[in-house]
Amino acid sequence: MKKKLLKQPTFILGAIITSVMMLLTFIGFLYTPYDPTKMDSSSKLAGCSLAHLMGCDNFGRDIFSRVLQGMGNTFLIAIATVTIGVGCGILLGAFTGYFGGWLDEVLMRINDVIFAFPSILLALVFISIFGTGKYNVVFALGIAFIPSFARIVRSEFIKYKDMDYVKSARLAGVSDFRIIFVHILPNTTTVLLSSIMIGFNNAVLAEAGMSYLGIGVQPPDASLGSMLSEAQSYLFSAPNYAIFPGLMIILLVLGFSLLADSLKAR
Amino acid sequence: MVSDMDRLLEVKNLSIEFHDHDIPERVVNHFNLELSKGEIVGIVGESGSGKSMTAMAIAGLLRRHDMEKKGEIIFEGHELLHASRSEVRKYQGDDIGMIFQEPMTSLNPVKRIGWQVEESLRIHKPKMTKEERYQKAIESLRNVELEEPEKVYMKYPHELSGGMRQRVMIASAMICEPKLLIADEPTTALDVTIQLQIVKLLQRLNKEKQTSILFISHDLSLVKKLCNRILVMHNGNIVESGSTHEVFYHPKEEYTKQLIQAIPKLEKIDL
Repeated sequence: MKKKLLKQPTFILGAIITSVMMLLTFIGFLYTPYDPTKMDSSSKLAGCSLAHLMGCDNFGRDIFSRVLQGMGNTFLIAIATVTIGVGCGILLGAFTGYFGGWLDEVLMRINDVIFAFPSILLALVFISIFGTGKYNVVFALGIAFIPSFARIVRSEFIKYKDMDYVKSARLAGVSDFRIIFVHILPNTTTVLLSSIMIGFNNAVLAEAGMSYLGIGVQPPDASLGSMLSEAQSYLFSAPNYAIFPGLMIILLVLGFSLLADSLKAR
Repeated sequence: MVSDMDRLLEVKNLSIEFHDHDIPERVVNHFNLELSKGEIVGIVGESGSGKSMTAMAIAGLLRRHDMEKKGEIIFEGHELLHASRSEVRKYQGDDIGMIFQEPMTSLNPVKRIGWQVEESLRIHKPKMTKEERYQKAIESLRNVELEEPEKVYMKYPHELSGGMRQRVMIASAMICEPKLLIADEPTTALDVTIQLQIVKLLQRLNKEKQTSILFISHDLSLVKKLCNRILVMHNGNIVESGSTHEVFYHPKEEYTKQLIQAIPKLEKIDL
């Protein structure tokens, strides 16, 4: 039986964590306590204090402000990535799943090839061709994310395309295009929604990973991943530098995982 | 013989073969059928005899690849079997309607009943306003003897019983007042009392709207009650055809006799 979403503890917890993170991100776009790129040599690697909630980094920049800004960057990159992945994935999966035939075979084999590469590796190849930067990362990760979504959507479409209501829609003279997007697609939302959430998590982690490797968001801009990578050298002298960005990544991913889980459990 | 004027549907030498395996499999073999306006013809036969494939072919629902289709399906003078999809779509829904066996899966679970009933109006009568469509849908739901059609209009399929869903299916198939209604085992998934109601409903619609009905079933007692003529199919071939009376009381073929003997003796109760 379907359980009411609001009665599931995982959903409530996930919703609380996610909304707090969203709120912080949103605040980060409008206001940060300090200029996230302003250096202050007097407070290098300062610990937590009332003036600097999360302390300061090796250039004396306020970590809390940088976390807020970094979350914004991470968030935007993750959303853009998932949008590309989901958008193209839906189109590809819907058409191949619904029509089948040789086009399906060809596209799905290409899909398999892309799927065979780890997404980070694929993005690395892409970056080394087109150069570093926020937008290239989005593009590279987005392409790397297409196959998994395409597969999910395709399998859903194969499941639904021979249902009687699809037949009767075809019999009513409804066009294939309308059947795909109006009749079948709404049926896939439950599955799609939870995989979008999981995809979002993967995108957050992938962005953090790429920024950690130094090919994502470029300094002096902050992202959670690039902060982690900078914090590495000061792990013992200023542990708070690494802990807070790491904690933010964990919370962001945890919130969405819980939401995805509770949606899937329905 | 049916005169050209009255003839609605003519199927000539229809053969269907699956080609999705190494050895082609023929599921319908030289099928012939004539259907005139206002007539109810039954196709009976056991599972796997090709009845549903024939119905799908007439409705234009067969896949376009992996399959070989021979013969002709002529609907009001237009050949449909080999026509393009866009050509066929002009008739689908508007002139040909179909109801399916399983009322549980024949309605889209995420759309409201009203939306689904209206769908063929949206396609075939794009000029209708929202209000006109609503009125028409309510009228159509009332016509299939659903109580409180306004309430049913706003419901989702899982809120209705099997019999109600099948009525909704009939309503949405009949909303454009098609000339031909294909009923592919519409009563199989329903219990006996509801079966009878559905059959009576089909009979009434046939009388009122002069809709021809192609009734596919393995339930001979229902076929006997409803149909003017009967085709008996076995392994993709037509074994016997003729008027209901002829087939039931003077069956020529051994297979037909066996089929008739296999009817549970409910027929003593006058349906």
